[in-house]
Amino acid sequence: MTLKDDPTPAIDNSGDVITPVSGQGGGLADIELIREEVTSRDGGGRNISRGKLVLRRLLRKKLAMFGLFMLVVEILLAFLGPLFSKWGVTSIDFNNLGGSPPGGSHFWGTDRNGHDVFVQTMSGAQKSLFVGLIAAVLSTFIAAVVGSAAGYFGKAVDNALMWFVNMMMIVPAFLILAIISPRLKDNSFLIFTILLAAFQWMLTARVVRGLTYSLREREFVSAAKFMGVPAWRIITRHILPNMASLLIVDVTVNVSATILAETGLSYFGFGVQPPNVSLGTLIGEATSSAAPTYQSWQWLYPGLMLIALVLAVNFVGDGLRDAVDATSTSDGD
Amino acid sequence: MLRFVARRLVNYIILVFVATSLVYMLASATLDPLSYYLHGQKQVNLRAIHASLRSYNIDPDTSLWSRYWHWITRIVLHGDFGRSFPGGDTVTSEMGRRIGVSLRLLLVGSVLSVIIGVLTGVYSALHQYKPSDHIISVVSFVLLSTPVFLLATFAKAGAISLRQDAGVSWLPTANECPSTGACSLIDRSQHLILPTVVLVFGAAGAAFFTRYQRSAMLDVLGSDFLRTAQAKGLSRRKAFYKHGLRTALIPMATFFAFQFGTLLVGAVFTETIFNWNGMGAWVITTINSADINGIAAITAFAAVMILISGVLSDIFYAILDPRVRMS
Repeated sequence: MTLKDDPTPAIDNSGDVITPVSGQGGGLADIELIREEVTSRDGGGRNISRGKLVLRRLLRKKLAMFGLFMLVVEILLAFLGPLFSKWGVTSIDFNNLGGSPPGGSHFWGTDRNGHDVFVQTMSGAQKSLFVGLIAAVLSTFIAAVVGSAAGYFGKAVDNALMWFVNMMMIVPAFLILAIISPRLKDNSFLIFTILLAAFQWMLTARVVRGLTYSLREREFVSAAKFMGVPAWRIITRHILPNMASLLIVDVTVNVSATILAETGLSYFGFGVQPPNVSLGTLIGEATSSAAPTYQSWQWLYPGLMLIALVLAVNFVGDGLRDAVDATSTSDGD
Repeated sequence: MLRFVARRLVNYIILVFVATSLVYMLASATLDPLSYYLHGQKQVNLRAIHASLRSYNIDPDTSLWSRYWHWITRIVLHGDFGRSFPGGDTVTSEMGRRIGVSLRLLLVGSVLSVIIGVLTGVYSALHQYKPSDHIISVVSFVLLSTPVFLLATFAKAGAISLRQDAGVSWLPTANECPSTGACSLIDRSQHLILPTVVLVFGAAGAAFFTRYQRSAMLDVLGSDFLRTAQAKGLSRRKAFYKHGLRTALIPMATFFAFQFGTLLVGAVFTETIFNWNGMGAWVITTINSADINGIAAITAFAAVMILISGVLSDIFYAILDPRVRMS
């Protein structure tokens, strides 16, 4: 990206040579290390772009690839699996009321109301995936907006925003979500997702703020500033692309954190509300009124699905973090 | 220096005040203590109910602002957080009791977590890319991906089947003491086993410390000062323990301080599933019974704990890291 496509008249006040960092290549941001060169040499001595380098490093991580494979299988299972079952999410099998062990037409047994555990688990996994992805992206988005605004404008804006961040951090998120979400009526599902994101962005916002602080002093930002580029444009074009990798890793980490938060609240009935089911509500309902040894398949299968889901995301996230690590010298070969 | 501390203190007090007030308002606006009495009853004496709710200062017929004013002035003037609904005990005495219970659980749990976590992390880093490192990594990944309520359920199911099938009687799965008779030290420690195991192997426990210790250790092992220490004649072992381990432990101390502060009301799942009457279980109880005074008090306590642990981790840092000592 060059500054030419900027609608504002380009007046070179600085007198310095302007060297904007490529937006597409995504410079890498670490607290101390912000690299301007976006290329690296591969084994053959050719220059490769940073994006390709990260991808190549990621492909070499066995655990991350295994995680990705797990995730794809789980997504396919969650969305396509129920199609192969003769039972629906709400259908009740009157021959198997009160809970039947796995077998027959019920692959993973039935729960106490005669629902098919497999179909319910997959429906819950769909919800968890949906909530996790949406809330993760949203949370990173809020963090990027708040953090970069605080870091770029500094002074009063910074003070006000950081005070707000501190306050959000000491307010007990679990308690507030638990109070609000059971009282949400229609469309509660989406609002619940937004609420989850609203309590997750604070730490990342602080990191983004710190990085913006140091980027603000760089030549290419001053150059843009002197040419009259508006602040929001500097932030979206010059500052945030420079921490793209941090933000991507953050989204991944947020996915598993959100899934854990959502299922935890749902476990107590404070999260996803009926008629929707979540992996958390399934486990909660199966264990709240009876000892966990009684009809254990009702919580065991949703539980294993939940672990598999979070584990897959964590594997990918860890591999991604390593792959974008600025201090790493591995060229991906 | 004194001015710095004073300013920070004032800022903290304002933060706690705003956070607690917000949650008080939110809880008052959304929770409905009236339904506790009306639930499933046909004939009710509404006047008596409102009188009772008024005595708790949670009557919805009184305006929110006057309730809030009454509540906040009682706190500021008398340090009185009101009474817990519907039990009737004062919030402060209930809280004192529950903090004691939670502390018993957390002291052992968090100390064990950090010891096990640091040891496995160091071991893992020293044996990087060997089979033992891979095993430790995968196990800690699985533990980090297991929700605490699920781990607790697994532990409880395991203990119950042990009791039923193998006759193991020393692994109680509920409460912090036997329901009948005296509570000896042995009883107490037996009841402590399962919740502690869940805390230590839960997502916020040893596995968390293992991951961080491993990467901190790897950073240190590749650093120049460790090579210098060996170059000036220290044995690898001595250089490692004298310079390496100490440096790698600094971030752990701060994590530990933070973890402990948040866990004091954060053991919600463990305490609820094993029927411990601590602070964590109280979170669920107060929400279910619309105990607004209790909820506000928990918020204040949690906020203060987070701020204290933040200060504690700063102090730990200053003690352990000579680079950040007061200049």
